[in-house]
Amino acid sequence: MASVSMTVNGKAVSGQCEDRTLLVQFIRENLNLTGTHVGCDTSQCGACVVHVDGKAVKSCTMLAVQANGSEVLTIEGLASGGELHPVQAAFKAHHGLQCGFCTPGMIMAATDMIKRHGGKLDEKTVRDELDGNICRCTGYHNIVKAILAAAEEMGSTRQAAE
Amino acid sequence: MYATNYHRASSVEEAVGLASEDAKYLAGGQTLIPTMKQRLAAPSDLIDLRHVAAMQGIKVEGDKVRIGAAVTHAEVAASAAVRGVCAALCDLAAHIGDPHVRHMGTIGGSIANNDPAADYPAALLALKADIITNNRRIGADEFFAGMFETALDEGELVTAVELTAPAKAGYAKFRNPASRYALTGVFVARLGDGSVRVAVTGAGSDGVFRQSEMEAALASNFSADALSGISVDPSNLMADLHATAEYRANLVKVMAKRALIAAG
Ligand SMILES: Cc1cc2nc3c(=O)[nH]c(=O)nc-3n(C[C@H](O)[C@H](O)[C@H](O)COP(=O)(O)OP(=O)(O)OC[C@H]3O[C@@H](n4cnc5c(N)ncnc54)[C@H](O)[C@@H]3O)c2cc1C
Ligand code: FES
Ligand code: FES
Repeated sequence: MASVSMTVNGKAVSGQCEDRTLLVQFIRENLNLTGTHVGCDTSQCGACVVHVDGKAVKSCTMLAVQANGSEVLTIEGLASGGELHPVQAAFKAHHGLQCGFCTPGMIMAATDMIKRHGGKLDEKTVRDELDGNICRCTGYHNIVKAILAAAEEMGSTRQAAE
Repeated sequence: MYATNYHRASSVEEAVGLASEDAKYLAGGQTLIPTMKQRLAAPSDLIDLRHVAAMQGIKVEGDKVRIGAAVTHAEVAASAAVRGVCAALCDLAAHIGDPHVRHMGTIGGSIANNDPAADYPAALLALKADIITNNRRIGADEFFAGMFETALDEGELVTAVELTAPAKAGYAKFRNPASRYALTGVFVARLGDGSVRVAVTGAGSDGVFRQSEMEAALASNFSADALSGISVDPSNLMADLHATAEYRANLVKVMAKRALIAAG
């Protein structure tokens, strides 16, 4: 058994788990944050994407002990003060989901890509950047639309703030 | 996944000291953890390398490049210093797997694993890189010893990769659209001394290999035209449900041409 401590969505948490416990299991089963999903066992689908120390990673392909001491952001930590994050709002406005299973991973991947590209995204880049996120429902079209709209909005709020 | 014991090493010495017959080094985990989840690997102990400072960082001095073994694919892809001397290496790293895999996966893990469809082995073989371990320096020609086989001894740790910037280099990969690995990838390089090296990944039935016919043809004319007379022999190439050996033979030529165009 290992004791792990990390900051999850801004709160310090700690718990006991086996060394082999995956980060996604720790998040879902120890912390009861079930917004992070598991959609495959081959590290390919991206339903489990969270941010660890500011970077999007597949939480099914990392051990909880590897994240000991790290800062983790999950889908539950995106909205602030009851208001949806701009990417969440864009997925809603552009109907970027059907069953919703892939959505948490999609949104965590989208916020990471918008951050890395400084809000400057085009359709081809978004599609390439979604290589690690599989959606069985939407055909991606509205997901891409939502991410482009969110990137634009976040880019313009950034400009307005400058 | 079977039970295992996790250790976080903070130095090369500590990591090597923890090694044992049933232990495994854990770098980005992007190959090892999926393999453990499938119960195809069951190491008694895992030695985490991500906190070993000596294995981090990229150094470019003149035409000498040193990449720590624990440097991620995303870091290589984004390195302005590497891009300045060998853009092909950054472009290759930028197309490994997907963004999340690139945030974790490392160059040391990729070459130690030596998957026959991995990208880095082609680059390091074509660039005549040296693989630095905790006790020696191994040339790429010797290091990549066959499918999932390397010259590493039991418990030997890759600490860095060193290479000299080439005069010109390019990489082209035909991605398996499901796995993102190379169905066939070709890295071409003209080194500072004028020699030409062509390395092929994803296609060989014994892992990454050099294509000597192409190297000879490109020695006097480093351009896609020089390859038009060459036909690649499929007899030692891989065949699987994704592609026949003949199809891969054709891809070797097409990817080599694209790599030459990318090299400029
Ligand atoms: C969805 C997906 C898509 C991928 N697509 C591609 C692709 O397109 N192209 C590609 O090339 N790869 C691809 N990969 C593999 C990825 O690049 C891995 O990161 C890489 O193969 C292994 O690196 P790692 O740091 O994750 O190593 P780990 O998984 O941690 O380790 C791999 C092996 O190497 C050993 N090892 C690790 N570091 C060292 C070291 N420093 N010294 C000695 N031994 C060591 C480990 O013990 C283990 O046996 C993909 C992986 C996934 C999950
Ligand atoms: S659950 Fe992590 S990639 Fe599918
Ligand atoms: S909305 Fe159903 S998997 Fe994407």
